[in-house]
Amino acid sequence: MTTVEAPTTGLPVEARAVPGRPWWRTALARSLPILAALGGIAVLWYAVTYLVLPADQRFLLPPPHEAYGSALGNGALMGPMLEALGRSAVVALVGLVIAVVLGIGYATVMSQSGWAERVLYPYAVILQTIPILALVPLIGIWLGYAFTARVVVCVIIALFPMISNTLFGLQSASAAAHDLLTLNKASRWQRLVKLQFPAAVPSIFTGLRNAAGLSVIGVIVADFYFQQGAPGIGGLLRTYTLRLQMEALLTAVTLTALFGVVVFSIFAALDKAVVGRWYGGHTR
Amino acid sequence: MTGTLTLEGVTKQFDTGTVAVREVSLDLAPGDFVTVVGPSGCGKSTLLRLASGLETVTRGTVAVEAASTSYVFQDPTLLEWRSALRNVELVGELRRVPREERRRRALEALELVGLTGFEAQHPRKLSGGMRMRVSLARALVADPDLALFDEPFGALDEITRLQMQTELQKLFQLKGFAGLFITHSVSEAVYLSTRVVVMSGRPGRIVAEIPVPFAYPRPPELRYAPEFAELTGRVSEALGEHS
Ligand SMILES: Nc1ncnc2c1ncn2[C@@H]1O[C@H](COP(=O)(O)OP(=O)(O)OP(=O)(O)O)[C@@H](O)[C@H]1O
Ligand SMILES: [Mg+2]
Repeated sequence: MTTVEAPTTGLPVEARAVPGRPWWRTALARSLPILAALGGIAVLWYAVTYLVLPADQRFLLPPPHEAYGSALGNGALMGPMLEALGRSAVVALVGLVIAVVLGIGYATVMSQSGWAERVLYPYAVILQTIPILALVPLIGIWLGYAFTARVVVCVIIALFPMISNTLFGLQSASAAAHDLLTLNKASRWQRLVKLQFPAAVPSIFTGLRNAAGLSVIGVIVADFYFQQGAPGIGGLLRTYTLRLQMEALLTAVTLTALFGVVVFSIFAALDKAVVGRWYGGHTR
Repeated sequence: MTGTLTLEGVTKQFDTGTVAVREVSLDLAPGDFVTVVGPSGCGKSTLLRLASGLETVTRGTVAVEAASTSYVFQDPTLLEWRSALRNVELVGELRRVPREERRRRALEALELVGLTGFEAQHPRKLSGGMRMRVSLARALVADPDLALFDEPFGALDEITRLQMQTELQKLFQLKGFAGLFITHSVSEAVYLSTRVVVMSGRPGRIVAEIPVPFAYPRPPELRYAPEFAELTGRVSEALGEHS
């Protein structure tokens, strides 16, 4: 009578939460494949530099050790780059927080009646289907080219996964569970806090993971187009591009990619840890 | 104990046009444990949903006299993020029973179904039989006068199923609720009940009511007694003639 369920997941073995393993080791285990992929990219990079490009065009793609070597040792270059990355991280985080609050709120309102869902869902879909690049100039014109506008871009791009995942979660409780609450004369509020929200927790964390990744993309796009005030990492990308500073550009691109990987890994590990605990321990 | 349920000429037609039950009349008094058997899709669940108020009748009347009614679903229907104890406590939370009292009663109910020691386990760590026990505890925690069961043991393995039957009829004797129990199994129907109601194929009508005279508590060996076999034979016969 003490069978323990062990549903299989599609994750590689080392990525599964293991009892007693601290969260950061889980995060590390999850990012290992990605780091391996980065290694693969480096190999490809060397191949292109030395095998594909003729010597007189090698400046277009200096090999990694040259690109990073000259940039990483250069404090005058790296200082501002890391500062810009920090600024971008703040914008992405603020955008993410706003998207989470708005997304959960919007989905909650939608979940309260079929009517509300039919009226409100199309707006979310439209928001999702307009290419962000089409909106960026408008946002700049209306909100300026600084912090606020950048945050808004992040919010717009990160909002949809929050809305759709939360809504899916709120609607995921079984009909029988709803009947149980009906039979016990649960109020609408009780239904929301005792059934729908708890049922939605895993989906909300999935949404958060996706939204975090998108918010990083959002801030880089916004930095790239909105150049007022202190630059973000996307702004530097543009500057380096215009000046054809290949070493700096390649280093900044790498930094951006690493930033994305780190953010994704953190939220994936958070997702895993919270959802595992949610169902009473490490059974997933 | 005041638990009574009276259905009179109850007919249910869904919006889709399906007539699920037709002209069903049924009386449940305190001390009754009525089981309903019938072919699949004949409207048994619908009958229970009508009795509980989850569905409204198209024609006829449903009268329930009970301070508290409970309902056990076909699946345990546990909230996976709550421990066994907190799943049982849910009923008290919804009915705004003070914290201490609802905890005490939940612990009692879990003890009653033999789950002492498993209070802190989440459903995913419990076996199918244990999950169903939690579901039973949740149904008993509010001391129902009327208890409705929709094939609760249908998904269990045979051994666990027989065990649960034995325990349920003990609980019935102990608690004295009026019970209405849906099942596919003829022997389960006879073993548990004071009366077996046989329904026809859809639209479900009642085609036979067969009283079961055995006293409670019923020993598991009752199932091998000739009188038992005689009764299951009569129920099967009634089922066969009308499906
Ligand atoms: N909400 C509904 N809307 C439309 N038709 C329904 C609905 N609920 C049930 N039915 C139909 O009513 C009939 C009886 O269904 P019901 O679930 O009561 O049968 P059942 O006897 O419990 O079947 P089973 O033994 O398989 O559980 C079926 O034909 C079913 O398709
Ligand atoms: Mg049914």
